[in-house]
Amino acid sequence: MKTGTLKQILLITDGCSNQGEDPIAMAALAKEQGISVNVIGVMENDVIDDQGLKEIEGIAMSGGGVSQVVYAKQLSQTVQMVTRKAMTQTLQGVVNRELTQILGNKQTTIEDLPPDQRGEVMEVVDELGETVEVEVLILIDTSASMKHKLPTVKEALFDLSLSLNARSGQNRFSLFVFPGKKNDVEKMLDWTPKLESLTSIFSKLSTGGITPTGPAIREALTYFNKKRSLRNLLSRDDDEFYEESI
Amino acid sequence: MMMNSMKSQFNVTKGTCIDGKWHKNRYLIEKELGYGANGVVYLARLKGTLVALKMSDNGLSVTSEVNVLKSFSKVQGSTLGPSLLDVDDWKTSQGKTYSFYVMEYIHGPDLLKFIESNGSSWTIVLILQLLNDLDQLHRAGWVFGDLKPENLIVTGPPPKIRCIDVGGTTMKGRAIKEFTEFYDRGYWGLGSRKADPAYDLFATAMIFINCAYPSRFNKDSGGLDQLRGRVKQSKLLQPYEQVIVGALKGRYQSALEMKRALLDEMSALQTKKNTKTVTRNAKAANQSAPIRSRSRQHKKSKGGFKETVMLILVISCLYFFYIYGQLV
Repeated sequence: MKTGTLKQILLITDGCSNQGEDPIAMAALAKEQGISVNVIGVMENDVIDDQGLKEIEGIAMSGGGVSQVVYAKQLSQTVQMVTRKAMTQTLQGVVNRELTQILGNKQTTIEDLPPDQRGEVMEVVDELGETVEVEVLILIDTSASMKHKLPTVKEALFDLSLSLNARSGQNRFSLFVFPGKKNDVEKMLDWTPKLESLTSIFSKLSTGGITPTGPAIREALTYFNKKRSLRNLLSRDDDEFYEESI
Repeated sequence: MMMNSMKSQFNVTKGTCIDGKWHKNRYLIEKELGYGANGVVYLARLKGTLVALKMSDNGLSVTSEVNVLKSFSKVQGSTLGPSLLDVDDWKTSQGKTYSFYVMEYIHGPDLLKFIESNGSSWTIVLILQLLNDLDQLHRAGWVFGDLKPENLIVTGPPPKIRCIDVGGTTMKGRAIKEFTEFYDRGYWGLGSRKADPAYDLFATAMIFINCAYPSRFNKDSGGLDQLRGRVKQSKLLQPYEQVIVGALKGRYQSALEMKRALLDEMSALQTKKNTKTVTRNAKAANQSAPIRSRSRQHKKSKGGFKETVMLILVISCLYFFYIYGQLV
């Protein structure tokens, strides 16, 4: 089986969007392009209201990703777990598709196999999870209420880098914040295998009143595309996209 | 997909029958034993025998854990994890299908509770047992990953450490699947999350530290200095400082090496203690002397009693002969 690149957006926010396109629709758009969207809602003393919660779940669901709402102090553990879980989920989708192909036209998933064979298939998923190339675009809400949570977010991102870099597959991270100074979204860190190169990034943030989550996701997608065209120039033909997940 | 804890997600109560779809075994639920991110564990009965049954709505995490349990059974002589009894699916009356697996029911208090009720002298014994089991696991090419006291159960008698959650077990060289921050090398900034034996040994050292600080503590300055400070402050840990810090630094390549180091440290400690006891005995010698003489006196009086009896016997014998002579 060819191992392509897993593409994920990791959205870290603490509430509802209030400007621009519907983020749930934008997440669906991402999914169509083979990019899954994971969302982590960060609470501290405040609690995320129902509307915010619905949006967080909605984005992850239509983006084919995983969502979780946590207190700031659990962030490190959660960020790496959500990312790993979403990876496995996507890989399972790929394996399920392959299974359907192998076993004929009938829709077959891993769960339809007898338990013994399931184990062998799971080995393949595990193996892929270890070796697959991963690209994570991190999208951070820097609206006013997030300000004092940002040091924790940074720590969690280092932790994510530590987890993913323990794999034998390649990783690339990039980091964007929204709202940006001029645009909806601002690039903080270009594609790099090392998130540790992120040092004083959060100090230059300006915090405003708006939260344009939808536009941020839409714009983030273009950075994946830009990169793809660049890489096509380098004639990498193993760049297969996973467009399907569970 | 929303991740949340699985508590009371399945409508399974005492008396529910779980019928296996593939292997046709029937399990009768007794009670819930615990739950975590990956599913709920129930105590169940199969034809009268108690077993532990883990159920999850994520069939693949079940499969993943079953794979690990199977590989455990291939590790000869290792008794660290529970043995796997069955893997199956259960179709509820609402038509939903959940995957589950059945394992041996390991019964007992967890590591910290056991030490709390049986005394801290058990700590080192159980740590040594754990190292022994880890060594066998490592030799088979696996790393345990999510080692922590909550996952360690002490069964018995005789007390034996066992592990009940194998979800984090990872093939050597891969990225650790699951971990808990306090016991994780990466969290303390003391190494990577790549699965190698030293990763488990770090966790073992942290468990040892946890035994002295049952409520754990938070990372402040982080790193080795904070941990070393904690080890020095504890009476339980201080004698083993070198080994604990060594494991935290990743000095030991195998569990056996760490076990030997601990044993060496123990015997060194014992010789120190012994020399102390010898001098103490010498000082106490004078005090104990009167006790010994008293006991000798006691023996004398006992001997005197026997002498008296003999004398009376002999005299009464002679008297008997005398009377006999008079009569004849």
